[in-house]
Amino acid sequence: MELVVKEQVQKELTKLTNKDVYIHLETTNGAYASHFDETFFSSGAYIRNAHLKFEHSKIAGDGPFRIGLKTTIGWVYAEGITHFEVDSQNRLLLAGHDFNGKLAVALEISETPFE
Amino acid sequence: MEKERQVLVVFPHPDDEAFGVSGTLALHIKNGTPVTYACLTLGEMGRNMGNPPFATRESLPYIRRKELQDAANVIGIKDLRMLGYRDKTVEFEQETALANHMSELIDELNPSLIITFYPGYAVHPDHDATGAAVIKAVENMPAEQRPKVHCVAFSNNCEEEIGQADTVHDVSTVADIKIATIKAHISQTQLMVKEMEEQLQNSEPQVMARINNERFWTYTF
Ligand SMILES: [Zn+2]
Repeated sequence: MELVVKEQVQKELTKLTNKDVYIHLETTNGAYASHFDETFFSSGAYIRNAHLKFEHSKIAGDGPFRIGLKTTIGWVYAEGITHFEVDSQNRLLLAGHDFNGKLAVALEISETPFE
Repeated sequence: MEKERQVLVVFPHPDDEAFGVSGTLALHIKNGTPVTYACLTLGEMGRNMGNPPFATRESLPYIRRKELQDAANVIGIKDLRMLGYRDKTVEFEQETALANHMSELIDELNPSLIITFYPGYAVHPDHDATGAAVIKAVENMPAEQRPKVHCVAFSNNCEEEIGQADTVHDVSTVADIKIATIKAHISQTQLMVKEMEEQLQNSEPQVMARINNERFWTYTF
């Protein structure tokens, strides 16, 4: 993955506008966070292969970045995005890695379902 | 260490075997005991991606599958099964279906010893759910046919609640295999291995003890 280049990511998002897409979205602080620090409140959320269409998209912030997708009847957003890649299957992979390089958030958009 | 007829190891993640049991498995294999390792998921949700990141959420399962195979080769495991569940979803599977899947494995392999996680004392929800499914499957067997079950526990409260481990294996004679196993899971252990090697060079007693002694709790039904 590469560090986010805002204009480039916006271009990739725009390409996917108004298309039938599949979304992977997750946030996590890892299953061990509360084991190592019992005062830590562990939380996360995950959805894989949400099938939707967005009519508008925007990348915001100066890094880490925020990305919002406006759908016909709702929203998808992620914050803390640091890296991106268009992979060999032409999927737009966006991820936020924390200060130790661990994945903290992922937003991925594909025209074909994720495995 | 007692000689076994067949060992079955059931864990949810590639690398679950590395720290806690790889030495024990290597010793069983040196003893001529066949070992089957059933790994439920490919650790798809791992958070270590390298820094700078060399893995993505989508490429990680492929990387970890290869690492798991490499680790099995290092230990000498000839029968590695990848069961096709997804990381962090094991606890949401239907309990009966999961336990039945474990029963099928047990029926097929007829192990004299099963190694898995101690349900409720293994920190990660996948660990607890995997252990619970194995325990349920064994519980369903007639008492006289049940294999021994050795559980791995490491939650902060485990010794308080289930006491000290009743079985401790000294694996110092195969420590090199164990370290190579940990290293095989390089995408997840990279940072730790660096730290560990320094500590080993200084022969820090706590680290040596952690590597050389593998602790198990025998499950009582
Ligand atoms: Zn695990």
